[in-house]
Amino acid sequence: MTVLDTRPKAAVSRDGRETTRRRRRPSVLLVVTLLYLLWSLLPVLIAVLFSFNAGKSRTVWQGFSTRWYYGDPLRSVWHDPSLHTAVVHTFRLGLLTTLITIPLGVAMALGLDRWRGRIPAGANVAVLLSFVLPEILLAVALLFVATTLHTPLHLGLWGQVLGLVTYQLSYPVVIVRSRLLTIGKHYEEAAIDLGASAWGAIRRVLLPMLVPAIFASTVLVFADVIDDFVIVRYLSGDASTEPVSVKIYNSARAAPTPALNAVASILLVGSLLVVVLGFLAYRFFTRGERADARGLDVFTGEV
Amino acid sequence: MADRRHGRLTRSNGRAPRLIWPALALPGTVWLVVLFLAPMYVVVAILFGTVDPILRQPVPIWNPVDWDLGQFRYVLDHIIGPDGFFGPALVRTAVYVLVASALCLLIAYPVAYYTARGAGRHRGLLLALLIAPFWISYMMRMLAWINLLQNDGLVNRALSFGGVFDIHVNWLSGHASTVVLGLVYGYVPYMILPLFAGLDRIPAATLEAARDLGANRFETFRRVTWPLSRPAVVVSLLLTCLPMLGDYFTNDLLSAAPQTSMVGNLINNSVLTPGQTGQAGAFVLLVLLISVVPMILYVRSNRLGDEVRS
Repeated sequence: MTVLDTRPKAAVSRDGRETTRRRRRPSVLLVVTLLYLLWSLLPVLIAVLFSFNAGKSRTVWQGFSTRWYYGDPLRSVWHDPSLHTAVVHTFRLGLLTTLITIPLGVAMALGLDRWRGRIPAGANVAVLLSFVLPEILLAVALLFVATTLHTPLHLGLWGQVLGLVTYQLSYPVVIVRSRLLTIGKHYEEAAIDLGASAWGAIRRVLLPMLVPAIFASTVLVFADVIDDFVIVRYLSGDASTEPVSVKIYNSARAAPTPALNAVASILLVGSLLVVVLGFLAYRFFTRGERADARGLDVFTGEV
Repeated sequence: MADRRHGRLTRSNGRAPRLIWPALALPGTVWLVVLFLAPMYVVVAILFGTVDPILRQPVPIWNPVDWDLGQFRYVLDHIIGPDGFFGPALVRTAVYVLVASALCLLIAYPVAYYTARGAGRHRGLLLALLIAPFWISYMMRMLAWINLLQNDGLVNRALSFGGVFDIHVNWLSGHASTVVLGLVYGYVPYMILPLFAGLDRIPAATLEAARDLGANRFETFRRVTWPLSRPAVVVSLLLTCLPMLGDYFTNDLLSAAPQTSMVGNLINNSVLTPGQTGQAGAFVLLVLLISVVPMILYVRSNRLGDEVRS
C-alpha cells in the first residue's frame, strides 16, 4: 500500500484499492467457503469409505472389501433381506409418489394460475402451508387419521404414498407456476386465435413449453421422497414397509455393521445419479434459452 | 398487476367460460383439503376430545361446542408451574433453534456471499457442491456424524492426537453442543441457497456506486449489501427455523437423552403412547401456531412491499 501511495493519486488510489480489494476479500471468504465444504462433505465421504471396510468397525479402517455390499453371506445388503427390502421399498415409494404427484401438481398449477376467486385463493394458501410447515405436523395428523378413524387411509405402502403425495404436491405447483409466469399468456392466446380449443392450446402449446419445469419437479420429488423420513416412519405398517431412512434411524445407535453405511451409500449414489442425470437432461431441454433462466436454481427447491 | 389486467381483457373479449381451469385445479385442491386440512382438524378434535378409559384410545369430539378441555388443560398445567415437566423442553427448543439458526447464518452468509460475488468461473462447481448435501439423505448425514463421534471415533482420536490430554468425551450421550451442531450441520444447506439467490440479485453496479460515493468496504456492506439482502436473510431463517421446530430425529440420533429433548421429541414420544395422543395433538398445535404466525407476518410484509413498489 505504502509503495502504491507514492504514485500519482488519481490512477493509484482507484487501482490500488481495486486490486487489494480483489485479492484480500475473497481470500478470507474463500477459506471460510472451503472449510465449510470440507466440513459439510467430508463426514459423508468418510461414511461412504467405511462401507468398504473389511472389518466390522465403522471407526477403524481394516482394509478394503465389498463384504458389506455382497460378500458377507448374512449381513451384507445383498443377503440381508431386511436391508434389501428397505432399498426396494424406498425406490418403490419414490416411483409411486412421483407418478401421482406430478400429474396432479401440474394440473393444479395450470388451473390455479388462471382461475380467479375464493377457492383458488384458499388453495394457494394450502399449497404454501404444505410447503413450509414442519413435516411432523402432517405426519402426526395422518397417523391419527389412520389409527383412530375408519377411513381408506391405512398404515403401510399406500398410506405412505398418500402422505408423501400430500407433502410433495407443492413442489410441482410452485415450480410449474414460476415457469408459467415467465411464459406468459401470449402463446396460448395466439393458439386460440388460430382456432385451437382451450384444451388444445394447453396440450399442444403450453405443455410442451412446460416440459423442463415438469421434468425438474419430477427429479426433485423423486429425490426428496427417497430421502423422506418423518412421514414414511409414522405411516409405515410393519418392518416390510420401512425404507432405508427408517432403517438407519432404528439401528444407527445400536452397534450396527458397515452394512448400514453400505445401504446408505447405495441410496446416496441413487439420488445423486437421478439429480445429475436430471440436471443434464434439464440443460438439454432448455438449450438455447437465456443463461440465467436455466441455472441451477430450479434444482435447489428454492424457486 | 399486469396479470390482473390481462385476465380482465380476455374475459371482456367474451371467450368461452373457462371451466377448464377449475377442472384442472380441483383434483389437487380436493386432495389437499382431504389429506392436509381435514387431518389437521382431526388433530384438533383429538386434542379437545376424550380418551377411552379402557382401551386408552383417543375419542375425537367433532363439534367445537362439546369440546372437552381436559387434555388441553393437562398440557398447559405441565408447561408452567411446579410439576411443569414440559416447560424445560419448550424453553430448550427455543434456545437450541435460536442458537443453531444464528450459527447457520454465521456460516451461510459468508459462503453465500463468496459464491455470489467472488467465485468467478468456479461458481457452477461451487454451487453444485453446495447443493450436494440437499440430495444426501439427512439420515445418512447424521449417520456419518454418529460414526465420527463414537467413543473411539475420529473426532476423539483427532482431539487426543493433537491435544495434550487423553480425551474420551462421550459426545453422543446428552451433550447440548452435539445436538446444536447436528442441527446446524443438518440445516445449513437450506439456508445457503436462498441467501445466495438474494445476494446474487444485488446488482454489482449498486456496490460500485457506493464505493464511488466514498463508502469503504465495511460501510458498503453495512449500508448497502446487508439492507438489500435482509429479505433473503428473513426467508432463509424461516426455512431453517421451521423444520428445526419439528425435528426430533437429530436429537434422538445424536443425544438420545431426555436432558436435551425438544418439542419434536415431546410429540414423537407421546404420539405412539396409548392415552397420550391428546398431548401430541397439543404440541402439534403449538408448533403449528408458532410456524404460521411468522409466515403470515412475512407474507403481509411482502404484500405491503409490493404495493409500495408498484
